[in-house]
Amino acid sequence: MMSNKVKVLLNGIVTENPTFVLLLGMCPTLGTTSSAINGMGMGLATLFVLVCSNSVISLVKNLIPDMVRIPCYIVVIASFVTLLQMVMQAYLPDLYQSLGLFIPLIVVNCILLGRAESFASRNSVGLSALDGLGMGLGFTLALTLLGAVREFLGTGKIFNLTLMSEDYGMLLFVLAPGAFIALGYLIAIINRFNKA
Amino acid sequence: MKKLESSLLNMLFVLTFVTVIAVGLLAVVNEVTREPIAAAAMRTLNEALKQVVPAFTNNPVAEADTLENGFIVYPAMDGEQSVGTAVEATAMGFGGELRVLVGFDAAGNIYNYSLLAHAETPGLGSKADVWFKEGGRGSIIGKNPGAETLSVAKDGGTVDAITASTITSRAFLKAVNEAYQAYHGNVDAATGASSQATATQQSDAHTAASAQQH
Amino acid sequence: MEYLIIFISAIFVNNIVLSQFLGICPFLGVSKKVETAGGMAAAVAFVLTIATIVTFLIQKYLLDAYGLGYLQTITFILVIAGLVQMVEIVLKKVSPALYQALGVFLPLITTNCCVLGVAILVIQKDYDLLTGTVYAFSTALGFGLALILFAGMREHMSLVKIPKGMEGTPIALVTAGLLAMAFMGFSGIV
Repeated sequence: MMSNKVKVLLNGIVTENPTFVLLLGMCPTLGTTSSAINGMGMGLATLFVLVCSNSVISLVKNLIPDMVRIPCYIVVIASFVTLLQMVMQAYLPDLYQSLGLFIPLIVVNCILLGRAESFASRNSVGLSALDGLGMGLGFTLALTLLGAVREFLGTGKIFNLTLMSEDYGMLLFVLAPGAFIALGYLIAIINRFNKA
Repeated sequence: MKKLESSLLNMLFVLTFVTVIAVGLLAVVNEVTREPIAAAAMRTLNEALKQVVPAFTNNPVAEADTLENGFIVYPAMDGEQSVGTAVEATAMGFGGELRVLVGFDAAGNIYNYSLLAHAETPGLGSKADVWFKEGGRGSIIGKNPGAETLSVAKDGGTVDAITASTITSRAFLKAVNEAYQAYHGNVDAATGASSQATATQQSDAHTAASAQQH
Repeated sequence: MEYLIIFISAIFVNNIVLSQFLGICPFLGVSKKVETAGGMAAAVAFVLTIATIVTFLIQKYLLDAYGLGYLQTITFILVIAGLVQMVEIVLKKVSPALYQALGVFLPLITTNCCVLGVAILVIQKDYDLLTGTVYAFSTALGFGLALILFAGMREHMSLVKIPKGMEGTPIALVTAGLLAMAFMGFSGIV
């Protein structure tokens, strides 16, 4: 049983990492990773919604008729996203500002609906929450990593800690093209390790 | 427990039920967070105000005046004495709207400014938050946009634009110039000049600023 | 003039995919062939424009009027989901030919974040109905342009030999990066 739980948790972080392996949720992945801290913020925001929505959906899965399950899932997810939006606005206004539009857009992040449909609607509450945690952590790790790479290449800093002189930065990596290119190479590198 | 069947009644019932619960929950959270959200916004604004105008004793936010063009004028008073005015102005920057709070001292010189919100490119246009301040390459502190409309060197002006971010710089200076017009109009109105004159002056300034933009 | 600026800016300068990062999933998912890319682009243009008009009206006459702004996200996504279903049903009845062409792409659009994104952006930017519609339509054209260009590049790429590690998604992303770089050249024209 224990090993099963660990497996579910690790599944999201490594085996089926939503960003590097399943390629889900690409919009926030590219859009919010101009710095490591933003990427991490976005990842944690998604993690929160994912754990909550997975647990609730698993809890009520038997009360929802099959044909209306998707709208119901969407309502559950959207509620948690709005809740998060309001709480962030109140207590983390700066982070809310810099993530901007991508917070409400968590609703259409395919990871959430995907996990609700393929995991939470079939498993117990505990396992679903764990799956949400694993997937969320995997997503957070991926976004933080991509954010750190882009921030380092772009400005010579990581988490705002200056590692290289100001003049060193290749600004391209902070801009839109750099997001695509950095993610492309990261996936290539990770594929290499996965095969090995 | 057995799964509920997909009969029409069941579906309607469940959908309504889920929606009602969701809406109810959100209404509660909305009530709870309304105060902190307002407080957070207020705190940010007050912090910015303290930076951009000389020390004041009144409450500029409570006495703020929203103009027709959307600019907000915050008067700063030390006792009865007006020590300055802060104007919240907006302009279209490179990545989106640029919101600036510009502070003028009593003589109309720029005392300081603060970038309230922007969507400029990180590492390029985003440098506007310090670039035009005291000690920055393109400092505008102490200048008076009434005496000389601010513009970047490329447009024949005297302000050094941010490296590789002329558009942001232009937008920023446009906001500052317009803020000055709003401030100026407000001072005139306070000293009894007809509001008609103020209005024409403002629209003139607006035309001038947009002409300069092109 | 104002509309022209919005039009150009939404298509080239602030391209929804290449500079705003919305709608990346279909951008990477249905861009293997130019033909399917065209179909997807048309379906998105159709739904995006209608959805923006409907959500705009709902925001102004329902949410704003009753102070329910906090229900924006939940209402918009439900409206969009419902709308996509409705468009599908109506299209099936009214124009079977068009349904044939767009049908398979319609269900995919609900989770295309550029639809919800644009609906929210129009409200955030405080556009009026006409401006918002122009903006939505131009954004959809921008999406289509990026998608079709990208599909064209990928079609060519499938004919050449690519280093093993870069096959598939990595090379697609790098190509998208180069395309985004090309679009950066448009910046500053408005």
